[in-house]
Amino acid sequence: MSGAIGTLSVAELGHYALVLALALMLVQSSVPLIGIRWRDERLIAVSGTTPIVGFGFVAIAFAALVAAHVTSDFSVLNVFENSNSAQPLLFKITGVWGNHEGSMLLWVLILSFFGALVAGFGSNLPSALRARALAVQGWIGSAFLIFILLTSNPFARLDPAPLQGRDLNPILQDIGLAIHPPLLYLGYVGFSIAFSFAVAALLEGRTDAAWARWVRPWTLVAWMFLTAGIAMGSYWAYYELGWGGWWFWDPVENASFMPWLAGTALLHSAVVMEKRGALKVWTVLLAILTFSLSLLGTFLVRSGVLTSVHAFATDPTRGVFILAILMLFIGGALALFAIRAPEMKQGGLFAPISREGALVFNNLFLVAAVSTVFVGTLYPLALEALAGDKISVGAPFFHLTFVPLMIPLLLALPFGPLLGWKRGDLLGAAQRLGAAMAAAILAAVATAVATGAKGALAPFGLALGVWILVGSLVDLAERVALFRAPARITLSRLVGLPRSALGTVVAHFGMGVCVLGIVTASAFSTEEIVAMKPGDTVDVGAYTLLFQGNAPATGPNYREERALFVVSRGGKQEFSLAPAKRFYTARQSSTTEAAIKTIGFSQIYLSLGDRMENGAQAVRASYKPLVTLIWLGALVMAFGGALSLSDRRLRVGAPRRAALRKAAEAGA
Amino acid sequence: MTTNTTPLILRRFFTSVVRGSLCSHLTMRGVKKPRRGGMVHLGTRRLGGFIGAFFLALALLSPAFAVQPDEQLADPVLEARARDISEGLRCLVCQNQSIDDSNAPLARDLRLLVRERLEAGDSDQEVRDYLVARYGDFILLKPPFAWRTLLLWLTPLGVLVVGAIVAFSRRRRGSREREGLSGDEEEALARILRQE
Repeated sequence: MSGAIGTLSVAELGHYALVLALALMLVQSSVPLIGIRWRDERLIAVSGTTPIVGFGFVAIAFAALVAAHVTSDFSVLNVFENSNSAQPLLFKITGVWGNHEGSMLLWVLILSFFGALVAGFGSNLPSALRARALAVQGWIGSAFLIFILLTSNPFARLDPAPLQGRDLNPILQDIGLAIHPPLLYLGYVGFSIAFSFAVAALLEGRTDAAWARWVRPWTLVAWMFLTAGIAMGSYWAYYELGWGGWWFWDPVENASFMPWLAGTALLHSAVVMEKRGALKVWTVLLAILTFSLSLLGTFLVRSGVLTSVHAFATDPTRGVFILAILMLFIGGALALFAIRAPEMKQGGLFAPISREGALVFNNLFLVAAVSTVFVGTLYPLALEALAGDKISVGAPFFHLTFVPLMIPLLLALPFGPLLGWKRGDLLGAAQRLGAAMAAAILAAVATAVATGAKGALAPFGLALGVWILVGSLVDLAERVALFRAPARITLSRLVGLPRSALGTVVAHFGMGVCVLGIVTASAFSTEEIVAMKPGDTVDVGAYTLLFQGNAPATGPNYREERALFVVSRGGKQEFSLAPAKRFYTARQSSTTEAAIKTIGFSQIYLSLGDRMENGAQAVRASYKPLVTLIWLGALVMAFGGALSLSDRRLRVGAPRRAALRKAAEAGA
Repeated sequence: MTTNTTPLILRRFFTSVVRGSLCSHLTMRGVKKPRRGGMVHLGTRRLGGFIGAFFLALALLSPAFAVQPDEQLADPVLEARARDISEGLRCLVCQNQSIDDSNAPLARDLRLLVRERLEAGDSDQEVRDYLVARYGDFILLKPPFAWRTLLLWLTPLGVLVVGAIVAFSRRRRGSREREGLSGDEEEALARILRQE
């Protein structure tokens, strides 16, 4: 075992690097601001390098923790509590962030990574704006580094070192842990850039279209990652939990969903600000709110206040610390906003029926949706703390409040891109959307007929999905003048289409795909819960599942019992499925490993329950039509974001290169 | 260097979370104890925890499905109603999980109770009322509309209405400004007024 006293120990190296990183963060948050005050360019220039070096030190600390986990150094408390030498290498590594201390370190790593990116690629920013934004970034980083060092040190030691670790929570021993948290954090923390720029703009007392052009790509990056991260988390829950649910309106999910909703609103309002100079004050406020919601999420989950108010009371150190950080940054930013916002000039007038109006509509409904999730998540906590009353807020509440807010938003979605700036033509847009309307009505009628007109919800939902899908295609067709111009022109228009416009089309299309998936999977899934003995069959969808029997197996740190099923369709054997129940010895706990077969976009989902007293195996089998569209749709949305990001106009550093090119041409 | 800096209480709490015994912290005030047995224990299978859970809504939910074959009613219509009601009832010892999703022993008891009442001829609402009378509003995942939940239910609508009013009045003021003075003119006016 490495890390023995007397040798150079990786853990202390990491701890030391973390302290150095804090020192650099403090420099980053103060020196350039002094430079601005003293008008000293050399001091301001400090913000060009410190974030990069600071990121380097955080990365060293993170690498040290990874090394401690990989080498199973159980003299480190964090490794002892969350790792086991029998674990596969992948889970030893992912276990680094599968716990409180490690995940906070990942949080700071990503924060400093974004800071380094701004420092590295921000050379075309006004130096004062960059210095201020990075100083704000430094404040956040410092606060969280102090939090880690004082309350959540991942490098805390154990003496004597235990011989074996406690193992990672079995539910986390999955490839999902490798992908989901880093993606989610890239999104969550990525919004800090928008926040820092917003605060910097308030400090400067001015914002303009150039500011929006700067903030939008960073917001897009964060939004993309958050979209993919949430989708990934949802799929992970779906296959890992064993009963096929994909969204639970759980407070922890809500904590990541709120920044997503606010970030989506921010993306849209930033467009208005960039293109038309309107909604400046609102966009700045949204930038602050979006990251505030990320911070709130961090507080909710990290303080333990969600798990129970009592848990929070037993160990309030961490919770109170994060709460202090939360109030400092949110309160400070909002106070600054209240002081400075009235000085900002509103610009860009527009009629209610216009592109701007549509985007305001979008913001209105998204913000109402955020507030719904917000009260739904926090109201029970507040009520218990203030009145001692206990209530529960779960999925049925959100179905009644959140869903109705989404419907007008989604209905209006295809209109937005077809309306002109300043003053739009609603009737004209409606006419151009004729194809989408026809397709939607057709979908509704077809569904109603196919299901025997049971309930209006499924036909309506499907029509909504189709409406958005075809609507986004109409947007594309309009832009390339499909069928109105010769094919050659259409093609050249398609090639010349700005990537950001294409991104809009793709992201909206993804939204439609997602809606279709949600509706079909919710309305048409079939499920059978049965007790089966070898030789028994059960039918789901068009498939027949034959249970053959159980077979034991062993993995590196678990034992499992597999159940073998042969699946046939129309009497023809097609494939076999083997769901399992796993028992992890180190933690004395078990998990259910569902067996999932994807057929087209649909899935057969098979999971095991308990053994019955008579020896029969409890089985839950379901057929979920088009269920994968839920996550594919989200990925398409994220891809739309990536397309938009690759737009030449937004490409980081593009304006300067363009200016250089022009200068070169002028010189030649 | 920091071997002993972690307070004992923190470590103990941490360990209890890791071990998944977190639900034992969740004794409830104002909630009657379940029929059989006092404290409800969740097996080791119920993995508790916010440990590593920032990103893990799923860690808060128990693996393995809840409704077991032997619980189901023979009458499919009645069973469908039971599932429907179950989805709206909270497993009292879990974190925001419905009894339909939870495999805690208490959830099973409640599922059986729901089915018992349905077989006895209760309407859906009567079943819910029966459970609320026993366990309080806490059991409903959709809280009742009452004075103390007014803010909860009305916030979405309130934000929408206030937002719409603000957006609309902004626009109106904006269009009035267009008829009035331009920004530069107003600045000039303010300058003159200050001088006086």
